[in-house]
Amino acid sequence: MKVILRNPRKEVEISGKRRVKDLLADLDILPGTVLVIRGNELLTGDAVVGGDDVVEVRPVMSGGSNEGIR
Amino acid sequence: MKCRKCGGAAALELRRHNAAFCPPHFLEFFRKQVAEAVHKHRMFTHDESVMVAVSGGKDSLALWDVLIEDGYQTAGLYLDLGIFDYSQESKAKCEAFAAARGQKLVIERVAEAVGAPIPEVQKATRRPTCSACGLSKRYLMNRTALERGYGVVATGHNLDDEAATLFGSVMHWQTDALPRQSPALASTHPKLVRRVKPLYRLSELETAAYAFLRGIDYIVEECPFAKGATSIAHKELLNRLEEASPGSKHNFLFGFLEKARPAFERIEPVVLQECSSCGQVTTGAVCAFCKLADQVKRHRS
Repeated sequence: MKVILRNPRKEVEISGKRRVKDLLADLDILPGTVLVIRGNELLTGDAVVGGDDVVEVRPVMSGGSNEGIR
Repeated sequence: MKCRKCGGAAALELRRHNAAFCPPHFLEFFRKQVAEAVHKHRMFTHDESVMVAVSGGKDSLALWDVLIEDGYQTAGLYLDLGIFDYSQESKAKCEAFAAARGQKLVIERVAEAVGAPIPEVQKATRRPTCSACGLSKRYLMNRTALERGYGVVATGHNLDDEAATLFGSVMHWQTDALPRQSPALASTHPKLVRRVKPLYRLSELETAAYAFLRGIDYIVEECPFAKGATSIAHKELLNRLEEASPGSKHNFLFGFLEKARPAFERIEPVVLQECSSCGQVTTGAVCAFCKLADQVKRHRS
C-alpha cells in the first residue's frame, strides 16, 4: 500500500496487510494525533489496510501563537 | 469498531469518551458539544451577529461551518499575516469557503495596520514570531469587530489549544494569565468586544474529523513559523499523557475551569484606559500594538 504522510509531505510504500493501529505504531505516530484516511472514509484503529490501498496519515496538531485564531 | 449509537461502522474512536461514532452520529455529537458550550457560557444568541475569526485551518472553518448550520448570523474575519505562500493559500481557502456558503468575509491586512508583514515584524522587533503575531491578531480582531459593529468574536480554539495554554501558564505560574483563560471573556470596557471559544470542549482530532467529514477544504500545512513553538512542545507532552491515560487533557482543563480558576481571579479589577495613540483599550498609556508598530516604523527608517 501507499502511505501519504504530511508536514512534510512524503510517500512510503509498505507491504503486507495490517491494522491501522499497528501501521501507526510502525510509523511511531500516536493514534490520537492523526486522521487516517482512505478515499473518502476515516479509518479507526482496528481497520485493516494493505494491498492497493492509498492511505493518508494527516496530522491534526496546529500551534504557534496562543492567542491566535486557529 | 461499531458506532455507540447505531451499531454501524465507526469512523472515529473517542477514547476519552469510551465511544466510537459513525459519520452522522459523530457530526451530531460535535454539534451538541458546540451547542452546550455556547449555551453554558451564554456566548451569543441567534439574535446577534457573530464575527468568526478564520485562518483557513481546520478549527476555525469547522467552527464557522457549525455556526452557519445552526442558523447563527455570522461573518468571517481573515487576518492576512503576509506569511509568504502560506498566507496566500490560507486566504484562498477562506474565500472559497465563504463564497460556497454565501457568507461575508472581511479581510484585514496586518501589514497595513502594523507597518510590515509578520516575517518583517519579527526581524524588526526580535520578538518571537508567534508573540508578535498573537498580539497583532488579538488587537485587530477586537478593533475590526468594534468598527464593524460586532459585539462578539468567536475563535476556533479547541480543547488541545486550551490545555496546552493552561500547561504553559502553570509551568511558569503566570498568575495574571490564569484568570483570563476562559471559554468566554466578557466585555469589561465599551471598546472591548466579547471573545468566545465554542470549540473548547472538542479535541483537535475531533475538529479535524468534523472538517473532513463535512468536506471542508482547509489548509493542512502548518504555519512555517510554528515549528519549534513552545505550544507545540506542550501539546506533544500532553498527547503522550493522553495516550497513556485518555481524558487527561479534558480533566486538566475542566478541573481548572471548575475548581482552580476562581482562586486566581483578582479582587481588584484591572484598570483599563484608552491608548493615547490609537484609542484602543490598554492598561498603560500606549498599547502594546502601537509600541510594536512604532518599533517596525523605526526599523524601516
